Amino acid sequence: MSLDFKPGAFNDFFRDETFRDDFTYRNSPEGIRRFPFPFDRDDYMYSVNMEPHVPGRKGSVFEHEFDVDEHYVAEMIDRAKVLADDPLRCQSLPHMTLAGWDLLELIMESKARDYPHWFGLEKTGNRWRWINRPLGIDHSFTFLDDSTLPFGPFEYITRQTQGDFTLQDERDGTLWMDAGIATSQADWSVDFDVGMNFHEWHAPVPLAHEKGVFDRALKFLLKLQHGAPVRRFNWTMTVNPLLDTAPETYPKWGPTKTSITPENMGRKQHLRVELQTLYRLPRSNAIAFDIRCYLGKFDEIVTQPKWARRLHRVVRDLPDELATYKGFIRNRPAMVEWLSKYDDGAPTSVGWWPED
Amino acid sequence: MTLTPVTPTIRSRPVYAPLGARPGRMHLIVADGEGAEAVTDMLARTEDAGNLLADAHIMYCPGPTGSDQTAVLQAIGAAQFFRAPSIPAMLPRLARVLSAAHMGTQFYLAGSEGLIGQAERDIMNTGFPFEAIQKEHRGSTLRRVQCVHCKGITENVATDPFRCSHCGLNLFVRDHYSRRMAAFQGVNIDAEDPGDVPAAVVRFK
Repeated sequence: MSLDFKPGAFNDFFRDETFRDDFTYRNSPEGIRRFPFPFDRDDYMYSVNMEPHVPGRKGSVFEHEFDVDEHYVAEMIDRAKVLADDPLRCQSLPHMTLAGWDLLELIMESKARDYPHWFGLEKTGNRWRWINRPLGIDHSFTFLDDSTLPFGPFEYITRQTQGDFTLQDERDGTLWMDAGIATSQADWSVDFDVGMNFHEWHAPVPLAHEKGVFDRALKFLLKLQHGAPVRRFNWTMTVNPLLDTAPETYPKWGPTKTSITPENMGRKQHLRVELQTLYRLPRSNAIAFDIRCYLGKFDEIVTQPKWARRLHRVVRDLPDELATYKGFIRNRPAMVEWLSKYDDGAPTSVGWWPED
Repeated sequence: MTLTPVTPTIRSRPVYAPLGARPGRMHLIVADGEGAEAVTDMLARTEDAGNLLADAHIMYCPGPTGSDQTAVLQAIGAAQFFRAPSIPAMLPRLARVLSAAHMGTQFYLAGSEGLIGQAERDIMNTGFPFEAIQKEHRGSTLRRVQCVHCKGITENVATDPFRCSHCGLNLFVRDHYSRRMAAFQGVNIDAEDPGDVPAAVVRFK
C-alpha cells in the first residue's frame, strides 16, 4: 500500500512546474486575475479580520470550500519531496487520529461535490472508494480504520490537498495545536510548535498580543460551529516561488534574500498570500486550520493597476516591526522604489477585487 | 537566593512561581542545584511538613554550574531520597516512578530550566494534568536550546549567539519555548549573510 502519484490527467489545466531549482512556477493570465490579493485598503495592520467562509464569486478562490487551482499537481509533488527530505514536517499526536478522519471526510466530500470531474467518493457503509484523477489515485478503504490507509488519515489527505494544515484540540479553555503538516509555511516550525496552545504558538508575532488580537481571535474560535467555517487572509513576501520557506531550511533559502536587484525584482520577488480557513470538526470537536499559500510575482501583481498602486502604499507604510517579522525589511526600500513606478497616486476603491 | 526573576517577554516563554505544599497522596519532588533551597523554603512555610515528607520522594542532582546541596536534602527526612550525578542519569528513574504514580500525585520541580522542562515534559507525557505540576526556577539561567535546523539540542547555552554542538551553525537564542521539547529555539543568525556573525554575548549564567 502506498501513495504513488500517477499524474498526467487534465494536464492541459494542471501546470507542470517547479517550486525549487529552476523555479518554473508562474500564474497563467486567468490565474493572475483570480489571485487572492489580500489588501482591501491602502494600509495594513493586524486584525482578526474573520469572515464566514461561504461560496464567493464564480472563478475566484472563494468559489469552492477547498480551492483546487492550476498548481495543484505540482504542489503535491513538491510536498512529497519535502516530506521525503524531512518527515518531521508532518506530525500528529496520538489523540488526534479521529480529528484526522474528520478532516479526511470534510475534504473528500467537499472535493467530490465541488469538482466531480476530478474527484469521486463512493460510500457503502464504512467502505469508501476515493478517486483522485489529477493524481491518479483510486483507493478503497474502511472509514475510521487506520490500517486500511498507507498513512494516518491526516497525512493521507493532506498529501492530496493544497495548503498547510494544523488540527487544534480544544481543552482547558484554549486550543492546542496537536497535529500539523507544513511544507509551504511562512517560517514556522511544525516540529517545534506541535503541542503548543494558541497563545504559545503565536508568541513570536509582534504587536498583535498587545492589541488583544489573539485574545479576541481565541474567543471567536472557541465559538466556531460545525458547518460554519470562517476565513481570513495573512501575507508576507518571498524571494523566488519557493513554497517551502521553513525555518529548518533557512540556511539554504535565506541567502536568496540578498539576490534581489532592481532588474530582477519583478520576476523574483513574490507576494505570498495565505488564505486561512477554519473548520470545526464533527466527531473530535477539533478545529482544522487550513493555511493555503498563493504566490504571485511582482510582475504579475502590477498587471492589475489597482493592486499595483495599493501594494506600493502598503509596503511603503508598513511599521518596521512588521516588515522585520515578515522577513523583508532588508529589501523593503528596493521594493518601494520598484513599486512606486506603478503608483500614479490615483485613489483606489475599497475592497480587494481588481476591477471594482 | 529566591525565585529567579524572568524578564517579561513572549507568551511561550515559561514563567515560574514559588512552590507551595498542596494536599496529595504522593509528593514527587524533582530538583537540581539551587532548587534544593526552593524545596527547603517551601517546607519551612508548611505547617505539617512532616506529613508531606512522609509521602515524599525526592530526586536531586547537582546544577549545571556545579551547585550541589545533596546533604541538605538528604537530611530533611523524605520517605525516599535519590541523588543522581546529572539530569540524564535521573530521567530513567523518574520515568519508572511516573509509571506507578497515581492521580492525586503532586509534583514539585525546582532548579534550572533544563531540569524543570525535562521533568515537566516526562510528567505530562504520562498524562498528568498540568495543574498538578508546580515549578520554581532557582539558580542558573543557562538554556537548553534546540537547533531548528538539525534538531540537535545543546545543553547549558550561555552565550547568544552560540555554535550548535551538533551541526556547528551559529544560532541566535529565541525566547520561543516548546514544552514538548523542553527547549528554547535556536535559529541560524548568519543565514542571509553567511559568515556575518555578531560577537557572542553572555546572556545566561
